[in-house]
Amino acid sequence: MTRSRRFDGVDWGLLGVILSLLAIGIVTIYSVTSNGQGGTFPIFAKQAVWIGVGALAFVIIASMDYHKLARLSYILYGLGLLLLVIVMFSGKSSRGAQRWIALGPVAFQPSEFIKIPLLLMLATYYATQTRSGWLYRVIVPGLLALPGFFLILKQPDLGSSLSFLAIYITLLLAVGVKSKAFGLVLLSALMMFPFAWGGLWGSLHDYQKERIISFVDPAYDPGGKGYQGLQSRIAVGSGEFLGKGLYGGTQTQFKFLPEGHTDFIFAVFAEEWGFLGAVVLIMLFLILFLLGLDIASKAKDMLGALLAVGVVGMMAFSMVVNIGMTVGLAPIVGIPLPLLSYGGSATIMTMAALGLLLSVKRRRMTLIQ
Amino acid sequence: MSDRKLQENGLAELQQRLVLLKIGVLVVIGLLALRLWQLQVRDGPYYRELSQNNRTRSILLHPARGLIFDRDGKLLANNVPSFNLYVELKDVNDREVLIQKLVKYLDIDESELSKKFRARGTLTRVKLKGGLTLREAALIESHRLDLPGVVVHPEFQRNNPQGPYAAHVIGYVGEVSEQQLSQEYFQGLHPGSIVGQYGVERKYDQLLRGQAGRKLIEVDALGHEKRTISVEKPQAGHDLYLTLDFDLQQLAENLLGEEAGAIIALDPKTGDTLAIASRPSFDPNALSRGLSSKKWQNILQDKRHPLTNRAIQGLYPPGSTFKIIMAAAALETNEVNLSETIQCHGRFRFGRRTFRDWKASGHGTVNLHKALTQSCDVYFYKMGHRLGIDAIATYASLFGLGKKTGIDLPSEQRGIVPSTEWKQQARGEPWYPGETISVAIGQGYVTVTPIQMAQVIATIANNGVAHRPRLVRGVRRRNTGEVETWPMAKAVPLGLNPVFVEAIQRALASVVSEGTARRANSPLVTIAGKTGTSQVVALRADKRKDTPKQFRDHAWFLSYAPFDNPQIAVAVLAEHAGHGGSAAAPLARELIEAFIKKSGDKTRLGQKRERPIL
Repeated sequence: MTRSRRFDGVDWGLLGVILSLLAIGIVTIYSVTSNGQGGTFPIFAKQAVWIGVGALAFVIIASMDYHKLARLSYILYGLGLLLLVIVMFSGKSSRGAQRWIALGPVAFQPSEFIKIPLLLMLATYYATQTRSGWLYRVIVPGLLALPGFFLILKQPDLGSSLSFLAIYITLLLAVGVKSKAFGLVLLSALMMFPFAWGGLWGSLHDYQKERIISFVDPAYDPGGKGYQGLQSRIAVGSGEFLGKGLYGGTQTQFKFLPEGHTDFIFAVFAEEWGFLGAVVLIMLFLILFLLGLDIASKAKDMLGALLAVGVVGMMAFSMVVNIGMTVGLAPIVGIPLPLLSYGGSATIMTMAALGLLLSVKRRRMTLIQ
Repeated sequence: MSDRKLQENGLAELQQRLVLLKIGVLVVIGLLALRLWQLQVRDGPYYRELSQNNRTRSILLHPARGLIFDRDGKLLANNVPSFNLYVELKDVNDREVLIQKLVKYLDIDESELSKKFRARGTLTRVKLKGGLTLREAALIESHRLDLPGVVVHPEFQRNNPQGPYAAHVIGYVGEVSEQQLSQEYFQGLHPGSIVGQYGVERKYDQLLRGQAGRKLIEVDALGHEKRTISVEKPQAGHDLYLTLDFDLQQLAENLLGEEAGAIIALDPKTGDTLAIASRPSFDPNALSRGLSSKKWQNILQDKRHPLTNRAIQGLYPPGSTFKIIMAAAALETNEVNLSETIQCHGRFRFGRRTFRDWKASGHGTVNLHKALTQSCDVYFYKMGHRLGIDAIATYASLFGLGKKTGIDLPSEQRGIVPSTEWKQQARGEPWYPGETISVAIGQGYVTVTPIQMAQVIATIANNGVAHRPRLVRGVRRRNTGEVETWPMAKAVPLGLNPVFVEAIQRALASVVSEGTARRANSPLVTIAGKTGTSQVVALRADKRKDTPKQFRDHAWFLSYAPFDNPQIAVAVLAEHAGHGGSAAAPLARELIEAFIKKSGDKTRLGQKRERPIL
């Protein structure tokens, strides 16, 4: 029995969930921009283009052997660091942050694209590293990730740097650390924390500090920085059980909710579709994550498993923080909602990562065959 | 261990941790779902309301203020459309940037503008500037998107179409102050409401102000109106019809010109105030539109006090005009009779002092009639001495001195009627009989307002029956269209002997025909009156001509006409103008002649004296 190799191991469930999420994203973006927010060429059309490109990346990567990619990981990571340095010196600025490199009519964010090389690199490292001491499990990979983390943080882009860090931490959790010494280090780090705090806090930008402060104390409101958070909560809450319907979101339509097509897209959705809709949406994500972790547990080798866990961790972190932001459980740190938020670099990167996930699954299937 | 074995061990460990990770993901997402339940299901209605509040705004609709007419139906105060600039503070994110932009488009001082960006009470919609020019309004409207929260609202502006006349009578309007809002008279008003601040506008504000309405609108995040949800229409204020005759008023003000003083014209039969002029004056149009604080300071600190209504607030010694009251008092108390004569040689000795007559050589043999006609001081010194201060005080009070006339304007002064009791209370000293002598000719402690003297002469003209002067003869109710004519004030007979009153009247007629007021003699009509020259500072007679203005005497003239059937009583007070006969009397004559001509025209044309309220 010959089956077409290309369609082996295609997880229709996974695809179904991904497509649903993408569709919800497009429709919501359309709803937000129907009143003129965002520009001349319709934003939702732009997003469709990005999705198309992402789909291409998805297909290509899914049909590759992930080992081949893994071999290139250090090089790709180095390339990513180089691009980040270029951004620092000649990047395009937007709203006070230098994150983009412009290539003709499009601009892309290296801070998004470096995530996959990081994942590949760390996963490869852990997969091949046999020693399990904390030096090799925590410090060395930490040092590997550090340059990327700082370059992103300097842009400044707190959100992306945190999701960068999330990849590292997810893999760390996955492999675990065997060491009493690690416990000791953790303890001493905690003790040193108050002193290190000064340096850490000082290195944050004012607006980042304000975001954290206004999160902790919602009454603190210099010049209305708590405005976004408040409007978002109003949007989400006012959706009540059934929502206000498509285009019915007054917070969005009357422009009270800023960034409705990007960071606060969940609030837009929640206002339109209510508790029912919001729960369905997060269920879709939940299914996606569980399917991904399932793929990890049935992976053929360590590398594959770690890659799968990393992809899930990356997306889960973004999703939780983003939704947390909109409902007032997390400070506003500019992390997009995967697959829904408008944004070329993030969407393409996420779809590429999902392609990687599928590649891991397929590898298992093909080998068994 | 082989690589493969290691891998397998690693994978086995991984499985355990993966289970933990799965649980972790479930828990975290579960928490999110819980939070969503909290926001959307449990607190949903609360947020729903917040989202409504975000986009609804309540706007106060100012009512049209009632109109004010004179007795002939001439429009004295109305409302014209004006473009006013408002900002909804809730919709402003960056105050500084907005202020900078507005300073570009408007002709306004930056610091003044910043001061206005304050919420008043619960009202966050603040007026930044009223009366925008068409150009300013166009600029603001075309840059709407740049100016979040800013709105141009067409509203009413109080206007006086006749220009700067009758300013003290009509008054002006302004925004109700925070202080006023706590007063009962202004209860129920919202900050930003326009109320009368002076004159009739203030006295009858409750009638004139109408009732504000409300408009509920839906706005977007920039504060721009998307649609109207509901409207509660405002109720226009009621119209006032004054007793004022604007033509006379205008003439009276022009007669005074730039000189400080007051002229009042009353109808002796009814107490209707035909004219009440005070100079220097101000422009009510400018004040109603709102002055910059600098301009306000200039007006308030102006040494000539243009905001003071001298007719009711100015306090002066009545001078020889007081002799009318003295004559009545002396006759009524039987201290003198009509035929008794005294000798006037130009001075009166009392104790160690010598009181002089204005005519150094004296008037010779003088009876009451001649004493009034020639205004003999010595005669009245003697009368004062005979009466004593308390008897004088009684009659002065009877004629209405020392208390408000009750004319319907705010801030009226009462003046002083000195008496033994008064001196003890006010100065803590006993009354000295020598002081009575000065009071007898209207100097010393006695002070009056021009309106009080107008009432005195009107009472005499009306055969000893007094009326309270009034300014409003009727109101037209806007809500029903009904017209209310207000009855004139009750007639108050003073209880004087008609023989005495007639004697005084005849004497006053001869003041004009052959006495001190010959310059008021008119070929058109018989005028009766009394001159007065009240001293500001005691001067030597020979030095008078060289005196600087502010020390010169005030000129009084009280009059009425026609003698047989009085229709008008006029009181003139010209500050520091010198002799009553030369400075004040001619003004009264002109005013009376104009009045007579006007009534004559009306009778000829078959019109009634007073036009009915339409």
